[in-house]
Amino acid sequence: MSKKHNKLEAKNLNAYYGDFHALKNINIAMEEKNVTAFIGPSGCGKSTFLRTLNRMNDYIEGFRVEGDILLDGRDIYAKDVRVDELRKEVGMVFQKPNPFPKSIYENVVYGLKIQGIKKKSVLEEAAEQSLRQAALWEEVKDKLDKSALALSGGQQQRLCIARALAISPSVLLMDEPASALDPISTAKIEELIYELKNDYTIVIVTHNMQQAGRVSDYTAFFYMGELVEYNKTKSMFTSPKNERTQNYITGRFG
Amino acid sequence: MRVTEKIIEGLLWLSALITILVTIGIIWVLLSESIGFFKEVSIVEFLTEKEWTPLFANKKFGIMPLVAGTLLTTLIAIAVALPIGLTIAIYLNEYAHARMKQIVKPMLEVLATIPTVVYGFFALTVVTPFLQQFIPGLAGFNALSAGIVMGIMIIPMISSLSEDAISSVPRSLREAAYGMGSTRLQTSFGVMVPAASSGIIVSVILAISRAVGETMIVAVAAGQQPRLTMNPLVPIETITTYIVQVSMGDVPQGSLEYKTIFAAGITLFVFTFALNNLSFWIKKKYQEKYD
Repeated sequence: MSKKHNKLEAKNLNAYYGDFHALKNINIAMEEKNVTAFIGPSGCGKSTFLRTLNRMNDYIEGFRVEGDILLDGRDIYAKDVRVDELRKEVGMVFQKPNPFPKSIYENVVYGLKIQGIKKKSVLEEAAEQSLRQAALWEEVKDKLDKSALALSGGQQQRLCIARALAISPSVLLMDEPASALDPISTAKIEELIYELKNDYTIVIVTHNMQQAGRVSDYTAFFYMGELVEYNKTKSMFTSPKNERTQNYITGRFG
Repeated sequence: MRVTEKIIEGLLWLSALITILVTIGIIWVLLSESIGFFKEVSIVEFLTEKEWTPLFANKKFGIMPLVAGTLLTTLIAIAVALPIGLTIAIYLNEYAHARMKQIVKPMLEVLATIPTVVYGFFALTVVTPFLQQFIPGLAGFNALSAGIVMGIMIIPMISSLSEDAISSVPRSLREAAYGMGSTRLQTSFGVMVPAASSGIIVSVILAISRAVGETMIVAVAAGQQPRLTMNPLVPIETITTYIVQVSMGDVPQGSLEYKTIFAAGITLFVFTFALNNLSFWIKKKYQEKYD
């Protein structure tokens, strides 16, 4: 099997909120078209790290990073990088479904519209394709002009995924995408992740060990701002090398 | 213990009651005095007559020139205050650092503490001469300067209330917009402002209501000539200015001229009452929709 290309890489990455050292010397490389799960107890830095990958932390006052994050070998914190362009490449799905208070259709085409695409046929086609990819099309095709807020939580989250896919990113960051959902919706999201990894590089933060085990190819365990262990999910869950990893995944703390 | 509780409860009830009674009293006085007026002047004449000359020998009682003056100055004020106020709100919310916000917001609110008579003289002695350099036809008293200065006065109302409305939009919506690759400008105008629109509209309505009721600035700088016009360059008179003019004059109590104050007053009251209710209704309707 040929080794996949490294889509995302962090090199000697440190991050701070003011004086608080949130990420300590992180080195990690994530392969393209794989699912990487970030696990660890609350406050371990996994979400902070996820959010540095599309620079969502930029607007938090006092937040700063040292070291490099490379997307396809290019430093995303370089001065000439436009953060809005970066985020078109690195899409994000949040913990709580956050559709805009607009119609379902308007939500999906939002990203295209802000890029200046106005042609109706292009927008409609992209909307259908993205909704199909997010396994939502059949449920909403007759009510695209209805408010997105009228959908159930699980549908809203899939709509957010469709919205993120519509601008065709190559990376999809998911910050505990199923933690606010019921088990059936969670299962749908997980199925979806499994489908999507054929085309996208996915990074998912999760609190749920079983979920990490089910959906991811690689798992990274964070603890107190450090990357403790990073390995193939199978190896990590069967024979963790580090004692803290073992204690965490077997539920002894966290 | 029980007794003191009862007394306190009674006092609280009493203060609420007093407020309500005063309001009812004001409405009562307005109504009863203006009924006297409308016995002598028909409502049709009041609303359709194109001149307002109650103090002249040839008396005419058309409220429209005063309404036009009020609407004109209000319109100019909103045209000044809405773009500036909203821009400030967006700047404070989306662009300014926390420290900047802490400095700018209180400074803006200082604008609201300046006595309106000072604004009036500012309009008359600074803004009008300044504008006359560019607009030769501008009269010494005019709706334009008064409207502009009134706009400056209500900027903090719009900026402050709109900023509150924008900052109460859930953070998750802003993150969604940023996460889709929106620039700050796209986030502000495409997501935050629409989501906060009910609060912004309410702020504008309250500002309009304030401008409609504003007295000193227009009394000092806009003139006292009731005129049915939308020309901002000539002297006009607003409803409030007329009330001041008559109240300070030597009109005998109980005369028809005296009663015109109440007719003008009730017209003003209808406007502000309607506007305040509109804002209340919008607030209520949209709050249900978002929560």
